Order: sequence, then structure tokens, then C-alpha cells
Amino acid sequence: MAAIQTETVVETVTVNVDGRAVEVPRTTPNWQGNPEPTTVLQACKHAGIEIPHYCYHPKLPVSGNCRMCLVHVGMPGRPGPDGKPPINEDGSLKISPMQLPYEPQTPRGVIGCATGIIPGMEIYASSPETREMREAVLESLLINHPLDCPICDQAGECKLQEYSVEHGQPESRFAEVKVHKPKAVDLGPRITLDAERCVMCTRCIRFTADVAGDDALGIVNRGSYNAISTYPGQPFDNNYTLNTVDICPVGALTSDDFRFQMRVWFLKETKSLCTGCGTGCNTVIGSRENRMYRYEPRQNDAVNSDWMCDTGRLDYKWIGRDDRLAKLRWPQGDTTWPSALKEISGHLAEAAEGSVAVVASSRQTNEELFLLNKLAKRYKALTDSVPRKGKADHLLVAGDRNPNTTGAHLIGITTKRVGSKLAAIAKGIESGKITTLIVFGEDVTQHGIDAKLLGKLKMLIVSDILPNATTKKADYLLPGCAHAEKRGTFTNVKGRVQKFTKAFEPPGDAMPEWEVLHELVHNVTGLDGFNSIEGLFNQMSGEVKAFKAAGLTWAGLGDNGADVKL
Amino acid sequence: MKVDRTELTWWERLYLPTLLNGFKVTLRHFFSWKRSGVYGDKQKGYAAKTTMQYPEEKWDVPTGYRGAPYLVKDADTKTKCVSCQLCEFVCPPRAIRITPPGDSGVVDREGAEKMPKEFEIDMLRCIYCGFCQEVCPEEAIFLLEDYAITGENREELIYDMEKLLALGGADKRAYDHHVQDGVGEGIKKWETKTREAGEQAKFH
Repeated sequence: MAAIQTETVVETVTVNVDGRAVEVPRTTPNWQGNPEPTTVLQACKHAGIEIPHYCYHPKLPVSGNCRMCLVHVGMPGRPGPDGKPPINEDGSLKISPMQLPYEPQTPRGVIGCATGIIPGMEIYASSPETREMREAVLESLLINHPLDCPICDQAGECKLQEYSVEHGQPESRFAEVKVHKPKAVDLGPRITLDAERCVMCTRCIRFTADVAGDDALGIVNRGSYNAISTYPGQPFDNNYTLNTVDICPVGALTSDDFRFQMRVWFLKETKSLCTGCGTGCNTVIGSRENRMYRYEPRQNDAVNSDWMCDTGRLDYKWIGRDDRLAKLRWPQGDTTWPSALKEISGHLAEAAEGSVAVVASSRQTNEELFLLNKLAKRYKALTDSVPRKGKADHLLVAGDRNPNTTGAHLIGITTKRVGSKLAAIAKGIESGKITTLIVFGEDVTQHGIDAKLLGKLKMLIVSDILPNATTKKADYLLPGCAHAEKRGTFTNVKGRVQKFTKAFEPPGDAMPEWEVLHELVHNVTGLDGFNSIEGLFNQMSGEVKAFKAAGLTWAGLGDNGADVKL
Repeated sequence: MKVDRTELTWWERLYLPTLLNGFKVTLRHFFSWKRSGVYGDKQKGYAAKTTMQYPEEKWDVPTGYRGAPYLVKDADTKTKCVSCQLCEFVCPPRAIRITPPGDSGVVDREGAEKMPKEFEIDMLRCIYCGFCQEVCPEEAIFLLEDYAITGENREELIYDMEKLLALGGADKRAYDHHVQDGVGEGIKKWETKTREAGEQAKFH
């Protein structure tokens, strides 16, 4: 199903930004996706001008408390008795710049995030008046802010730093002693709060109350002593707490997991996917020199909006574990890829139909499962995968904890009931009918094919990332790659095919599984025609029915993926 | 651009007088007994000033000399470095390698939140440019006076934090600099902060 974009007529309004007429939509979706009048801030964005802001976030309700987005505007006059607004002598709309009522000639600002646009209004986004307002607000926000950028994890991606460079004063005029507030407060099991750095934008409060549905945070104390806090004795602990660290524009909320691990300017950012469950949240991997430091959610309104769950976010430690499989092994000991692949191909070429079975993992990519299926078809082999079930929640977590169950089903590795053929495979081995077992990424000893049964096989080919009971029994052990170390695609529970890219190199001998499988499939079935992941994907989308119907191409997936019909 | 050459006089065109002038300068230096300031007191007792018994005797390096970068300690001999990694970032030959402390912060003084778990400088890579000293917000790294960095193998020349702190010592220069700047309490700024916070806690 190709996504057909129907051109909907968007009602527009013309406003004047910095002396330039700009046509903007009358309404813009608010944080819940419902249309609301376009605001001054959004109109400026259409005009290509960024209005600095802290508390405004497109995916949160507007609160308008930081005052950073103050802009000076000029409004058309009120309509007279004839229903028409006052006009100048030349017939143009009469615009009067906003002034303080009790102090004419003094410009008065409006907050860009919560002021709707009016046809014909003028927005002086870069005027000296606007700049002066911004500088004053920023100076006020910085009064009690500590100068501790060297030890602040936010440094490098901090809005306060960025705006200080653009709109700040070179020196502080504040001669008094700064207000000191609690530092390194343990807000919850994964969050540390530095109250001194907070600018009271309340983004975290609004996120946890309105998006995560856990009204856990609030502001306590008065005046310049006010601070973000939880109810005494109640930790800030839901499955979405770490999103508050992302949306915190300053370094007040920091992640315990990432705290003091690496300065952000060293991190290379790679577009990736979370593999924690079937939702397939879009992520950005932060890595430096073959080590992964963090996941951050990447905006994709069709999947995860701007968020991801804490479980998924912290589910990356296994990639850098010390016991990662890094040695290619065959019965005689260590070997090299060319000799191992030659041996395996030679063995498989001699295997009879029905004597081979394949257990693939739904953590493998579409491409790898496609190649495994090709191999399996040659021998009319039994294929299956392993189900992983959990509890779904109200926001992002899916009940299916495999990232690619849908892909495995569409490609034909599994039936709708994942794992239903495992028993048949075990029986086949028991009876001696199945003599060769190919296992990719699963520990089959946990799923009904125990070590004793594996011992009956003539040949056990295993590819995995971490050691387990199955890899111990393997005749050929092919070290594989984590998703961060290769390229590929997953199909999420709702049938969205999304791609991820390579962030860093795999350890030792480990090679992307699709490259190994491509070689094997070529040797065994003679199939060829692709030597890159792009070519492989395009070939797969030509052969797998659901992918073909959606007209998928690697390039067409883009950063946000494409839907297939289930 | 065209530069006009000055016309040589008759005396200059003779050439020989200029040559003789050159000999004169060489001979003056050769027989000179006047001491030069470059070698300082090290030169005492030697007649000729143009040679020095290196390495037993070493130069007095001039002020502002850029020698090897070492970490300095504060007046309480505590680590000043807060592991901000700006020097690692700015270092052109990537000689500096800092291991951040992780969640714990591992600090050896009160009021501080963070200091490096490990700090390494590869002295073979260092080009003595002084960027690290310039960028350091805590004045914790200085290019001191060592210029003869030798070792028997490459590993030996990767200086770790312990060695860098020992070589740097409690740097007088850093301390004086603070006092001159009128910061008052000098390099004990963490103490100042802790004291202020304590006073405000009492006020509450």
C-alpha cells in the first residue's frame, strides 16, 4: 500500500515578520494533535526565525512561564462601526505597535508561545526592542544560576548556554550572594536533580502529569527559593522519567545512567531503533570510539512522538559487555571467515531435503530473516522463532518484547503463533530426521531443545552475540553484531518498516549476519544479485508479498520508515 | 609590488670592508669576557660563556616558557581538575585522554562534585601548544618548565594522573594569579560556595 497523500486545503493567514509578509496556516496541531490557532512563535518558525524559548515544547501543553519568547508585535486596530479595522490614508491596514498602557512609547512584549496570530499583525522578531526584552529576561534567569558548566552534563546541549552566547551579557552585574539550593538531589532511582540550575520552566512537571500520566512532580517554596520536588518520601519513579532529562532545557535533571560518563560534544550521533519491544521507538545512539553511552528518543510522530520508555533507554549495556562473542569457532578451534563459510557451504550443499531446521530470532532484521528463509526453503526446512511476551502499557511499551516479530511472520519464518513449531523441530531431532540445526540469536535450550538433543545433531550452526548454553554446544559459532553495529530494518507491531544505521564497529571477528548469510545463500542456492544492504532490501521488498504491496524501497523508508498492511 | 633597491655607495660596493666587519663581530664574541644574561647564575666559574655543562647544568627557562603540561593541586593539595574534558577536546594532537568518573563523581575534597577517574597525557604526542592551559576553566593544568622528557619506552611516556599531579605540585603561579585577580579567597572557591550555602541553610 503506497501512502497516498491527499492534498488538503490549508486555510492560511498572512502576517508580517520582520517586515516580510509570510503566509502561515491559521491553525497548528497542539500537543495532543488537535488544531489550535497558530502562535506567534510558530509563525516565526514558518518564516525561518527561531524565537528563543525554554518552557514551550511542541509536545507539551503551553504554560508560558519562562518569558524567554517575549516579542514585540504590532496589532491592527479594533474594527469600527462599519466592521472594518482602521486604515491608513493609503488604504493599508493601520498597525499600532504594542505599548505599555500607563507608559506610552515604552514597547510591550507578548509571549510568542501563547499569543495567537491575527491577520495582518506585524511581528518584530529581531527588532532592538525585542532583543532588549530577551536580554533582560535572560539576565534575570541567570541571576541565581551557578557558573558550573565544566561539571554540568548538559553543557554542550544546554539552551541556557546557547542563548547566553546569543543574547547574554558579557559580565554579571549581580553583586549579591547567589541563592543556593539543594544539589545532587536523588529525585528517583534514575534521576538526579540540581535545583540551582533549574529555570522553573515546568516542562518536567507537565510531561509527567500530562503525557506519562503520573502527577509526581511539583514546585515547592517561594520566590527565588522555589524548586522542583516530589512529594516527601515519594520517589519519582515511573517508566518514562528519563524523558524529563531530555526535555529539561538546562542541566537541572540529569540521568543517573549518563551522569559524568562523557561530555556530549564527544558523542557521535547515529540514527537507530530501540530493540526493547515491538514498538520500535526511533532513537539516536550517542557513541564514542566503539563504546555506546546513551540512547535518546528521535521524533517520529507515527511511532513514539518525542518519547521513549526508561526500560528501552537503558537496554543497551549488553552491547558493550566484556563476554561478547568475538571469536569465530569451528570444531578444530579458531578459524577465519573464508574457511568457515567454505566448510559450512560444503556441508549444507550435501544436506538432504528435510534434514535441516532453522530457529531464527525475532531480534534479527528483516533482511537476515529473509535470507534465512531462502536457505530454509532450499531444504523445505522447518523454521520458527521464539516468542517473548510482557505487559503492554498505556503509552509506548508493547506486549511483544521482540523488535521484529511482525517481520518474521511477514517473511514466513514463523506462523501467527510464534514458537508453535519448536516442538516439531525437537521431535525431528529426537527421531534423527533432522541432522542439521541452524540457530540464529536464540538459546534453544531454554525453549524445548535441550543440550542432550543438540548432542544428537550431526551439525549445529549457531550465530549469536552473547554466550549461552546453545553457543557452547555449537559446531560452528559465528559471532554476530548488535543492531548498533550493522544496518538493517525491523517491522514493528503495527507494521511499520523502519531502518537503523551502524554506529560503531563490532568486536573481534564478529560480522553482520546478513553478510554471512548472503555468502551462504549464494554458495548453497546460487542466488545472487545484491552486494549491499540497499540492494538486499530492495530485492526482499520485491519478493515478500506485504512489502511488495507497499512498494517499499530502502531509500523510500527515509528516517521515519513506512507502513505495510498487516 | 615593486621594491626599489637602495643604491650602494662606493664604499659598500668595495665588498671587502663589509667582510672585515663580519670578522670583527666574530672575533669580538670569541674573545669577549662579558657574561650574557641568558645562562643566569649557572655560568659562574666558567670563563667562556658560550658553552654549558648540560645536562648537569640547565638553563633558567625564561618566564612564560611552555614546557610539559602538568596538573596542579590547590592550596590544600587537593585535585583542581573537574574532568570537564575541554583540554581533551581542544588538544590538537589528541595527547590528552580523560576517563570521566561516572555517577559517583569520585571527589577528594568537600563541596566538589566531580574529578577525573584517570587523566593521561601522552608526552610523545604533546606539541606544547598551551591550548590546554588556555582553555582550562579551573586553572588546573599548566605548562610548567620541564622540557627534557625522556623515557625508555612509549608506555613510560604516557603520564597518568598520579604522576601528573606529583610533577605539577601545588602550583604557586596559579595561586598568585587568583590573588592578583582579586578573587579574594583565591583557589578555594569551592569552600566559599559551601560556606555560603551553609549560611543560607541557617537563615531558612
